[in-house]
Amino acid sequence: MNIEEATTKVPRFGVSPTDEAELAAFILDSHARMASMRIAGGGTRVPAEAVDAGQIISTSKMSGIVTYEPGALTLIARAGTSLREVEDALAAEGQALAFEPTDHRAILGSEGAPTIGGVVSANVSGPRRIQAGACRDHVLGVRFVDGRGRMIKNGGRVMKNVTGLDLGKLLCGSYGTLGVLTEVALKTLPLAEAEKSLKFPSVTSREALEVFVSALATPFEVSGAAFHAGTAWLRVEGFEVQVDYRVNRLKELFSRREIDIVTHDASRAVWRELRDVKHFSSSKDAIWRILIKPTDAPDVMEALRQLGGEASVDWGGGLIWFSGAAPSAAVRRAVGAGRAMLVRPGSLPAANLFPPEGSAVVRISAALRKTFDPAGILNPGLMGN
Amino acid sequence: MPTLAMPAPDPDILGRASEIIERLLAALPNDAVIFDPQETRAYECDALTAYRCAPLAVVLPRTTAEVSTAMRICHEMGVPVIPRGAGTSLAGGALPTADSVVVGTMRLRDILEVDTANRYIRVQTGVTNLSVSAELEASGFFYAPDPSSQLACTIAGNIAMNSGGAHCLKYGVTTNNLMGIRMVMADGDVVDLGGPFLGGGGLDILGLLCGSEGQLAIVTEATLRILPKPEGARPMLIGFDSAETAGECVARIIRSGLLPVAIEYMDDVCLRAVDTFANAGYPKCAAVLIVEVEGSEEEILHQIGRIHQIAAELKPVEFRTSRNADESLAIWKGRKSAFGAMGRLGDYLCLDGTVPVSKLPYTLKRIGELSREYGLEVANVFHAGDGNMHPLILFNANEAGELERAEAFGADILRLCVDVGGCLTGEHGVGIEKRDLMTKQYTADDLAIQMEVKSVFDAHWQLNPTKVFPLEVSKPHRERAVSNS
Repeated sequence: MNIEEATTKVPRFGVSPTDEAELAAFILDSHARMASMRIAGGGTRVPAEAVDAGQIISTSKMSGIVTYEPGALTLIARAGTSLREVEDALAAEGQALAFEPTDHRAILGSEGAPTIGGVVSANVSGPRRIQAGACRDHVLGVRFVDGRGRMIKNGGRVMKNVTGLDLGKLLCGSYGTLGVLTEVALKTLPLAEAEKSLKFPSVTSREALEVFVSALATPFEVSGAAFHAGTAWLRVEGFEVQVDYRVNRLKELFSRREIDIVTHDASRAVWRELRDVKHFSSSKDAIWRILIKPTDAPDVMEALRQLGGEASVDWGGGLIWFSGAAPSAAVRRAVGAGRAMLVRPGSLPAANLFPPEGSAVVRISAALRKTFDPAGILNPGLMGN
Repeated sequence: MPTLAMPAPDPDILGRASEIIERLLAALPNDAVIFDPQETRAYECDALTAYRCAPLAVVLPRTTAEVSTAMRICHEMGVPVIPRGAGTSLAGGALPTADSVVVGTMRLRDILEVDTANRYIRVQTGVTNLSVSAELEASGFFYAPDPSSQLACTIAGNIAMNSGGAHCLKYGVTTNNLMGIRMVMADGDVVDLGGPFLGGGGLDILGLLCGSEGQLAIVTEATLRILPKPEGARPMLIGFDSAETAGECVARIIRSGLLPVAIEYMDDVCLRAVDTFANAGYPKCAAVLIVEVEGSEEEILHQIGRIHQIAAELKPVEFRTSRNADESLAIWKGRKSAFGAMGRLGDYLCLDGTVPVSKLPYTLKRIGELSREYGLEVANVFHAGDGNMHPLILFNANEAGELERAEAFGADILRLCVDVGGCLTGEHGVGIEKRDLMTKQYTADDLAIQMEVKSVFDAHWQLNPTKVFPLEVSKPHRERAVSNS
């Protein structure tokens, strides 16, 4: 086991196990010592100060693609495999991760290489989420080590599986608080042969929402619907004839509006920037990710703007990105029934990043964490007590 | 005698039966509580009819509050609760024990909210799967999961089993289309999860609930994602002279980058049955694929052209494309009547293992060999695009020992599914049927953590306590729960 001292504000011990058994031995020992740990994949997503732990465990040495079967739309990779390696392997076969994970480095100013384990443990999903589902919808199975050092397998590598409880869903988005992922099996999908975007210049957020509601009620499988700084975007993907046909039909639907068509590579570039929220990367303020009922988005954006700051929209209105310096409590009041997560604290305290839950859900979540991690050693403080 | 055992009923609970029924009657509308043995018999089994046992009582609430009342009483009185949707489970998921109270969701039948602007529908979970899409018909939207029992099965059951259907290759299964639920916990507490937004932010408890087979809570309301209906859909039928070539065709279609909405497979045994009883006019060959594509006329023709090209390389004995609505119905007719047609051949066990698509040809070959070893015929009809197999083992229930032989054959097929990298059940659930095979797919630790999770929701192991986990494995949990309650 490779133990080295990392340089952060607090002295920490860094550990990079090379396989699951080594990881299990380390956690078993830490459990006995009640020694807490921060879990890092590429270390690109979770603000370091949000976890108070004496050790850092890195999954980076548990890496490599285990199996990739394009004909079965299945990829299995060790948790520390870089997202880049996964995406390259898929692209070579004309496939992709349909949920289009956001790269958080631009807005967090973090370095390092995002890992597939990090993507799954944070359930990272980009613009295509409205059409293809979230990361959690593509997780077929997981292997992980829980807070007692037990090596656990759940799910498998097939598309349909109801054998026992679905712990893969639970681990996905648990930010390492239930266990350290060692391997993930994901559903892959064909990369679209063509893509085009409709650009609606100079629209208000209300007009953008009208466009989204109409477009997402069509059978044209709109795979992106975003709005920023007075411009709304719709994306259509598929094979060539399909994309042309659908774009034309959408243009007819919005014939009263000014529309520019952005094709292939240019369209890809636009959606990559929207995916990574590049438009807020130069801001120094806090960045929030707010999940909301789409038709509530314009009012909530207005309320947020009054706090000072800037808001953009993705997922056809279902996701608001907000950058502003207002205190957490004010932001959460402004989003009402929406669910606000503090992605980048900026000048705000790096605590209570996650949206508040009702008391019953808090109780169940705490009991689940205690079941998986009785000593409370995995990413303590990150997701509640 | 069938081989799956259920534990003996608790004599203490049986002794308190009238007291339990009186408390339920006092707290609930009279017609919501059924205890006459003549009437409780209607609830003695689900679609796994080889196993039957009438419950102590049946409660059919009309509101979440009534579900909560029933659960609270059962909790206080230490009575096991068997959740039940429409009773269409093929795995014994809704099989009662004599010391249990069945809580059925079938009277929770309200459509609560339709919001096409935000693309969801909120329903009480006793509504049938088909009636959800019927409700949406005029708006141009539909609800995607479409299990073959959709006429009868309820949303509650769909959530409990994470049901799929023929079209889930493209649209996913229930968990991919479920946005929120209201659930009643074992102690009667009512808890809301998710809602009309995409994801939540905390632990994905909603994802855990979906497919939990009534182990964690009873779901009384659901917010379901709805989708705009496609412009059109058209099936094609491709016949092959070998099962393996048909399997290869499936893999090549998927590999090509096309994503048909359905790829269904039927083998020769099934084709013969369908030909005799449904007169579907299918070709006489080793295997048939039904592939359905969606879109505008132009898009459909394009996709059919590409699939034709792929199939042609494999020299199909027939490639038939529907030209109109009647021909589409004719192509689907045989597939949709397959289970009924098989039933007329005799008794059958319907299995539900899933295998990686690449392992379909090998698995089919091996099932054929096992069929000869056991001397029992097997028909294969299934969702090939996602590897979810439904081998139907034919047997004669009146012949001594045949059911046991069929069950042993079935268990061997499921072990085979796990051996090639698949799983025991793709959409029917574990129930009692596959309970004892769980140790084949999972280690002691894998199962231990699942049972610990159940205990988080149901500390006294009152919800469907003898399902999903092998009895000897769950015994310590069940006994500890009783001593704590």
